[in-house]
Amino acid sequence: MQRFLISRIAVLIPTFIGVSIIAFAFIRLLPGDPVQMLAGERVVSPERHAAIMQQLGFDRPLVIQYLSYLWGLLQGDFGTSIVTKRGVLSEFFTLFPATLELSFCAILIAVFLGVPAGVFAAVKRGSWFDQSVMGAALVGYSMPIFWWGLLLIILFSGVLQWTPVSGRISLLYYFPQATGFMLIDSLMSDQKGAFLSALSHLILPSIVLATIPLAVIARQTRSAMLEVLGEDYVRTAKAKGLSRGRVVGVHALRNALIPVVTTIGLQVGVLMAGAILTESIFSWPGIGKWMVDSVFRRDYPVVQGGLLLIAMIIMFVNLVVDILYGVINPRVRAG
Amino acid sequence: MNSLTRLLAATALTLALGSAASAKTLVYCSEASPEGFDPALYTAGTTFDASSRTVYNRLVEFKHGSTETEPGLAESWEISEDGTEYTFKLRPDVKFQTTDFFTPTRTLNADDVIYSFERQLKSDNPWNQYVAGASWEYASGMGFPDLIKSIEKVDDLTVKFTLNRPEAPFLADLAMDFASIMSKEYADQLKEAGNEATLNQQPLGTGPFQFVAYQPDAVIRYKANPDYFKGKQPIDDLIFAITTDASVRAQKLKANECQIFPYPNAADVESLKSDPNLEVPSQEGLNVAYMAYNTTQAPFDKVEVRKALNMAINKQAIIDAVFQGAAVPAKNPIPPTMWSYNDTVQDDPYDPEKSKQMLKDAGVENLSMKIWAMPVSRPYMLNARRAAELMQADLQKVGVSAEIVSYEWGEYLEKSKAKDRDGAAMLGWTGDNGDPDNFLDTLLGCEAVGGNNRAQWCDEEFDALVKKAKVTSDQAERTKLYEQAQVVFKEKAPWLTIDHSTVFMPMQKSVKNFHQDPLGYHRFDDVDIAE
Repeated sequence: MQRFLISRIAVLIPTFIGVSIIAFAFIRLLPGDPVQMLAGERVVSPERHAAIMQQLGFDRPLVIQYLSYLWGLLQGDFGTSIVTKRGVLSEFFTLFPATLELSFCAILIAVFLGVPAGVFAAVKRGSWFDQSVMGAALVGYSMPIFWWGLLLIILFSGVLQWTPVSGRISLLYYFPQATGFMLIDSLMSDQKGAFLSALSHLILPSIVLATIPLAVIARQTRSAMLEVLGEDYVRTAKAKGLSRGRVVGVHALRNALIPVVTTIGLQVGVLMAGAILTESIFSWPGIGKWMVDSVFRRDYPVVQGGLLLIAMIIMFVNLVVDILYGVINPRVRAG
Repeated sequence: MNSLTRLLAATALTLALGSAASAKTLVYCSEASPEGFDPALYTAGTTFDASSRTVYNRLVEFKHGSTETEPGLAESWEISEDGTEYTFKLRPDVKFQTTDFFTPTRTLNADDVIYSFERQLKSDNPWNQYVAGASWEYASGMGFPDLIKSIEKVDDLTVKFTLNRPEAPFLADLAMDFASIMSKEYADQLKEAGNEATLNQQPLGTGPFQFVAYQPDAVIRYKANPDYFKGKQPIDDLIFAITTDASVRAQKLKANECQIFPYPNAADVESLKSDPNLEVPSQEGLNVAYMAYNTTQAPFDKVEVRKALNMAINKQAIIDAVFQGAAVPAKNPIPPTMWSYNDTVQDDPYDPEKSKQMLKDAGVENLSMKIWAMPVSRPYMLNARRAAELMQADLQKVGVSAEIVSYEWGEYLEKSKAKDRDGAAMLGWTGDNGDPDNFLDTLLGCEAVGGNNRAQWCDEEFDALVKKAKVTSDQAERTKLYEQAQVVFKEKAPWLTIDHSTVFMPMQKSVKNFHQDPLGYHRFDDVDIAE
């Protein structure tokens, strides 16, 4: 197990360097620069343009810029936003809890609805339940997030008035953000109704963000289950006279879970991509919206730092998935 | 913040909230996050709404709902005969805001004014680079470093600005956001504590509202400044709920989660108007969209050709298709809400037959040209691509084949400046200070060729008129000069003037006394809300 862990962690180092290069290069490949973006239609003279680029350190050769960036990273310095003039790391940690809270709720919904739906669809293969789950999954998977989010807002917030339109909590509540997780902060705040308000604000965005992962997980679980249910050992277990629940729940599901766990791990990347749109619709102050704004403003330090931090999170989650694999399937551990 | 101060802050806030249960609160669904809170560092209207128009004041202010100026922190001023010396008498006993992060010990004086400007003008000022790469975009853009020779303190309540040359728009410039007056005492305190960057995060001024807190990308909270020199505001709390999607803003207004919001989708306006609880006032924006011919390149160097092309294009059709009617056709380079707008100018009529004939008379046949379409949506042109397609079809009817080109936004701005640019470039402008000079000389003056003057048009007669107006301080005289300049512009037709867009401001009927500002600000001073 130890060797397995070390080999997995060792792979992360070149990945980290690779991602840092891509993140650094990506934003600079886009035409335009921060000075021009700030000025918009107003023309900046070439002399002033050069002077500001120099103040920001963007006149140096790219290799030097990259090395000094890397040097900063090694010391934990992710740079300062050109626009807001705040530290990239501190901005990230101010906004990240919002994204994490939303993504966590979304993945909970996706797993707790997706896995059972997939299992039942496989067991009742061909039934109306199977057909409708798979049909709904296909629709969910193909739904443009933007349109789906607006549709839910118009129905549940506009027509039925069951949920709030957007934001994280009603503006009536105002308390310091100790953890950045609204559910926790609202519980700690002692303000009546704050927690319920925070919870009600989470419902629609979580559903929207969960939609695609839910569809993928349900489909993946179904196909993995179908494959396992046809295996000899399952037939043997049935022949031994074990109960149907035990055959499905213990013998089949445990083995079917391996590809499903991979899928769930991969959904973290999908969640980050989905969070960008979901956060924009629901005015959710997370890192997705922050990244998009920064790309438009050519805020180099934020884009490269933000990409790197997001990549690190995805790498970390994949590492956890790899380890979980080892727990579920001893063969992976040995290999 | 350690946990104890957090706890104390939480307790204080809870108490404040409890006692303020009956407070009047106005929620404004703003369209984006402010870049920061020091208005001199930025150029975006969103940032100004959140900083300069709420927290700060200026020596001179724009009248609410107008582009004319009125006394602000300066109660009066004198201008020397030659127009190079401006002496401002400051209003006495103006208090800076008292907040939980700063308590002032003195009232506004000349030091505050000098500090506010010198940090932007002098590169050796200790505050010039208090944040890395501070470019003081507007101060530079309005030419202040070259224009201002010196700023002197005559006495505690008198400041004298000496200019290197007479400049009539100077007073209007001082009403702009970058000229907001900061507290030197607050700045000194921050410097002493080594927290200079806080100036851009916790603003403190003399304005109608004082800053309470900002949760990035989510909410900005203000409360009425009890010491405001014009008296406390009718509302107690002002909240900006940052909501980037226009459809969502509309939904929030309908649900009364906010009471007012800017920039609705053109498609939502009808449904908002039909809601009995809402009203949707509108105003023409202080902007213009245009297509600049490159007047140095044949055949666009001929006035007849440019006129003929202007007559080939159906502007109303563009407005209907792109704005769903929420714009007016433009005939002058300045918008109708601006003083000196010349309404007697006759626009080139839409007349394809005559256009064809004129092209033929000018000896232009089988012309093929490029139309540059911006890749982004701007307030003055929501969809340049669509507009270009309509123009392409119109031009086809008079025998001109047009090719539409576009580049990424930064590249577009850069390439469209080139003196040898091929074809006609679509672009626009939103006014900065309500002065016609900011359109006419900035966009069409000879010095702007190769820069903002994308028609590369240098006309002696036009340039002489706007240059004369720039150094004339009598507004009636200036008005005449600008009116004449607009006539010359129309005769020579360096642009196809396309439209001035209409700005809508949907709000709950309970919101009282909100005035739309032609300069595009969203100001909440004097606004009230019925309970």
